[in-house]
Amino acid sequence: MDFELMLRIYPFFLEAAWVTIQLSVLTTILGLICGTLGAAARLSRLSVFRWIGAIYVSVIRGTPALIQLFILYFGGPQIGIHLDAYAAGVIGLGVNIGAYMTETIRGAIISVDKGQTEASRTLGFSRWQTMRWVVLPQAARLMIRPLGVNINALIKGTALVAAISVIELTYTAQRFIGSTYKPFEMFLMSGALYMIIIYATGRGIAWLDRRAQIV
Amino acid sequence: MRLDFTVVLQFLDVIALGMLWTIAITLGAALLSFFGGIVLAVIALYAPILVRLPFRLFAWMFMGTPLLLQLFLIYFGLVQIGIDLPAFVAGVIGLGLHFSVYNSELIQTSIQAIDKGQMEAARTMGLSRWQALRKVVIPQAVRDVIPPIGNNMIALLKDSALVSVIGVSELTLSAQLAIGRTYRPFEFYVAAAVGYYMINLALEAVLRRIERRIEAAR
Repeated sequence: MDFELMLRIYPFFLEAAWVTIQLSVLTTILGLICGTLGAAARLSRLSVFRWIGAIYVSVIRGTPALIQLFILYFGGPQIGIHLDAYAAGVIGLGVNIGAYMTETIRGAIISVDKGQTEASRTLGFSRWQTMRWVVLPQAARLMIRPLGVNINALIKGTALVAAISVIELTYTAQRFIGSTYKPFEMFLMSGALYMIIIYATGRGIAWLDRRAQIV
Repeated sequence: MRLDFTVVLQFLDVIALGMLWTIAITLGAALLSFFGGIVLAVIALYAPILVRLPFRLFAWMFMGTPLLLQLFLIYFGLVQIGIDLPAFVAGVIGLGLHFSVYNSELIQTSIQAIDKGQMEAARTMGLSRWQALRKVVIPQAVRDVIPPIGNNMIALLKDSALVSVIGVSELTLSAQLAIGRTYRPFEFYVAAAVGYYMINLALEAVLRRIERRIEAAR
C-alpha cells in the first residue's frame, strides 16, 4: 500500500468527489421531475398519456443506462442534439432514474387506500383536490424510503459518466490506475469517498422518513 | 449526416455475435451470483465472527461503490498481483461477485424467515446442522426469493454493458466496433438498445415461467 502516493494525490479525489456530489444532486432533481411527470402520465385518465408513460418506463428500464448515455452523447449530434459530456451525463442519468422513480411514485400513490379517495370524492372534493389534499400527502410519506433506494442506485450510477469522460470519481480513479498502476490504492480512495457520500445520503433519507412519520 | 439504419444490416453478424456474448456473460455471472449469494448468506448467518467480519466488510464495500469501479479494480488489480485473466472471465467474476452480494442480502432475510421448526425437525431426525441447512432450510429459503433474485438478474443483464469498458466484446463493444468503421453512433447504439431490449423480454419471459412453476410446485 503506497500511502505516500495516496497522500500526494488525494486532493484530486476530493475535487472529483465534489463533481460526483453535484452530478448526484442535479440527477436527483431531474429524476424527480421525470418521475413525477411519468407517474402522472401513468395514472392519467387519458389512455394516450398512460401509453406514453408505459413506453417511457419500459424502454428505459429495458435497456442499459450506459447505452442510453451513448445514444445521447455520441448519437445526439446526428439528430441535432449537441451536448457537452457533463450535460449529457446529467440528462441521460436523470431521464434514466426518472423511469425507476416513476414506478416508485406511482406505487406509493396507488398503495394509498382507495377508501380515502372515495370518501374525499363523496365529500365533494374534485379529482384534483382529492389528489392534492388527500392522496399525495399520504403517498409522499410512503415514497421517501423507496426513493432513497433509487437515489442510492443513482449515486453509484453516476460512475457511468466516466465512460463519456466526465472527470468525476470513477474517471479519476481510472486515470490514476492507468498512470500509477496502483489499482488497490485508487479503489480505496474513490471507494471510501463513494461510501461516505452514500452513507450521508442514507442518513439524510432516514431522517426525512422519521420526520414524515411523526407528522 | 442523415440517419440510415440500413447500415446496421451490414453489421448484423457483428451485432448478433455481440448479443450471444452478452447472453453468455449474463448467464455466467447469474450462475456465479446465485451460488455465490447462497454461500455468502450462509457465511453471514452461521460462520464464526472472525470469518464473518471480513465478509461483512467485503459486502459493505461492494454495495457502497459503483460496479464500474469494481470492474476496474478486479481487472487491473488482478493483473497487478500477477493474475492475467481474459477480459471475459474478469467480467463474469466482477459482475458475479457484485450481484452475489445483493442476492446474499435477499437469501439471508429469507433463511431467517424459514420457520425454526424446520431446522429442529430436521435435527431431530438425525440430520447434522449442515445437512439440515443444505437439504431442508436453504432449498425453501431460495425458493421464496426467486422473484427478487430474478429482478437482480434483469439488472445484471443491463449492467453487463459495463464490461465493455474492460474490453469484453459483448453487445456494447460490438456496436462500438461497427461505429468505428461507419461513424454512425446513433444507428448502432439504438441497434444495441434494441438487442438488449429483446434479450430483456426473453429473460423476463423465462423468469415468469420459472416463477409459475415454483408457484405450482408449492
